[in-house]
Amino acid sequence: MIEERFDAIVVGAGMAGNAAALTLARKGLKVLQLERGEYSGSKNVQGAILYSDMLEKLVPDFREDAPLERHLVEQRFWMMDDNSHTGLHYRSDEFNEERPNRYTIIRAQFDKWFSKKVQEAGAVVLCETTVLELLQDAYGKVIGVRTDRKNGQVGADVVVLAEGVSGLLGTRAGLRKTPDKSNVALAVKEMHFLPQETLEARFNLRGDEGAVIEAVGTISQGMTGMGFIYTNKESISLGIGCLVADFEKTGQTPYGLLEKFKQHPSVAALIAGSEVKEYAAHLIPEGGFKAIPQLFGDGWVVVGDAAQLNNAIHREGSNLAMTSGRIAAEAIFQIKSRRDPMTKENLALYKKMLDESFVMKDLKKYRDMPDLLHIQAQNFFLTYPQLVSKAMTNFLRVDGTPKREKEKSTFRSFLAARSLTGLVGDAFRLARAWR
Amino acid sequence: MSAEAAVRVEDKLYLNRYLVDAGRAHIKVRPHTTPSPQLLSLLNVCPAHCYEMNSTGQVEIATDGCVECGTCRIIAEPSGDIEWNYPRGGYGVLFKFG
Repeated sequence: MIEERFDAIVVGAGMAGNAAALTLARKGLKVLQLERGEYSGSKNVQGAILYSDMLEKLVPDFREDAPLERHLVEQRFWMMDDNSHTGLHYRSDEFNEERPNRYTIIRAQFDKWFSKKVQEAGAVVLCETTVLELLQDAYGKVIGVRTDRKNGQVGADVVVLAEGVSGLLGTRAGLRKTPDKSNVALAVKEMHFLPQETLEARFNLRGDEGAVIEAVGTISQGMTGMGFIYTNKESISLGIGCLVADFEKTGQTPYGLLEKFKQHPSVAALIAGSEVKEYAAHLIPEGGFKAIPQLFGDGWVVVGDAAQLNNAIHREGSNLAMTSGRIAAEAIFQIKSRRDPMTKENLALYKKMLDESFVMKDLKKYRDMPDLLHIQAQNFFLTYPQLVSKAMTNFLRVDGTPKREKEKSTFRSFLAARSLTGLVGDAFRLARAWR
Repeated sequence: MSAEAAVRVEDKLYLNRYLVDAGRAHIKVRPHTTPSPQLLSLLNVCPAHCYEMNSTGQVEIATDGCVECGTCRIIAEPSGDIEWNYPRGGYGVLFKFG
């Protein structure tokens, strides 16, 4: 296919790959980006929330032409049992600012736009091309890739692996292990279309305002998991995800969970009468700091989901992907401008720069949260939501029982479910993992 | 799994766009007489319900509705139960929204 050699090959055209390819091309490097989908975005799945700050660092005026759905003014956290939810809502008019901080997006459309920027910057973007393997020399240095095109070998000084969470190429070449099933979640999602005015009325939105609901509780059947409802312009992205290991253990079906979530009385009214136009599934890295693999080596770096860079607590993935892609590209540019080779020693610069960024600092802060939430799943995702719901109904339902007795009964239900040591221990463990 | 749930997921997949690479399944199940626990779990875990038990008790795959999430790779590739590749460039699921 392509006889020429490139300074860099970027495998994948998601958030990380596009950020890397864009940055490299702008710096004047000769870049080839390979994507197996028919266009950038056609294989990509996300909730999806876009954080402005990380995109502004790449495309400062993105608001002018990027396909954005709604800017978010309201966040709802729900703790659900089978018939109710206890919610925490935060809505602020201050989010109605000139340069909003968060938007909902539809990835297939957004990525197409992002890819156009990459092409305009001068990168060669080749879609419908699956990379089959990394080419390595006798010393293990990555020297290019082999694709499924005719005569599909291409060489480059460095390969940026932005191949997504499963990371087929890197794991097959022995650069890192396949993610463990207890460190990845499987999420399924549907796109529900509603007339714009119906959607805005149901979520109390005006103009381009958007709202987000994130929910935990009995909807995940005791598994570590979360449901989400994101408002787009005239559609709702609705889904639920749980740890793969939990799915395997319980035998629950992902679509069964999704149906139950949709039928929950708190959810059903929001999507009533909608037309579903797509069903998607995707893996999400959940292992946090401790699951981050080796990020660089001779002739390669790994970025984004493939590097397991996802903040599960704040549900930030795409901005870590964009940032790691950009930083990897900047490191490569620095090495290139010094005319140094793309050795492991030199590419360690990428890790050093990433360590200094919010990406690694945030992941380090929450390094103990995955263990806590994954091991204590029953308590945090089943027992507590049910207890909170019971406490709320006890507080609100007026039935002639004296209030003191109601409070006692609430307190007793917490003690019975978790014991005093359990309650104190959970609070302590949560505080320690969070700090 | 109940027949009802199976029907529902097929209805969901019907909404999606695919370009099927006929005769070239990108995931293959290793021939077996008795399925491993990992293979059996895929009957329920696969979000596109691609895995099915045949009448003689082996787990089979039909990849036409695969949404390429990689879950089965995480569960059953380490044990050697399946061989997992991406579809050829341009083939497979084509997300309109993603």
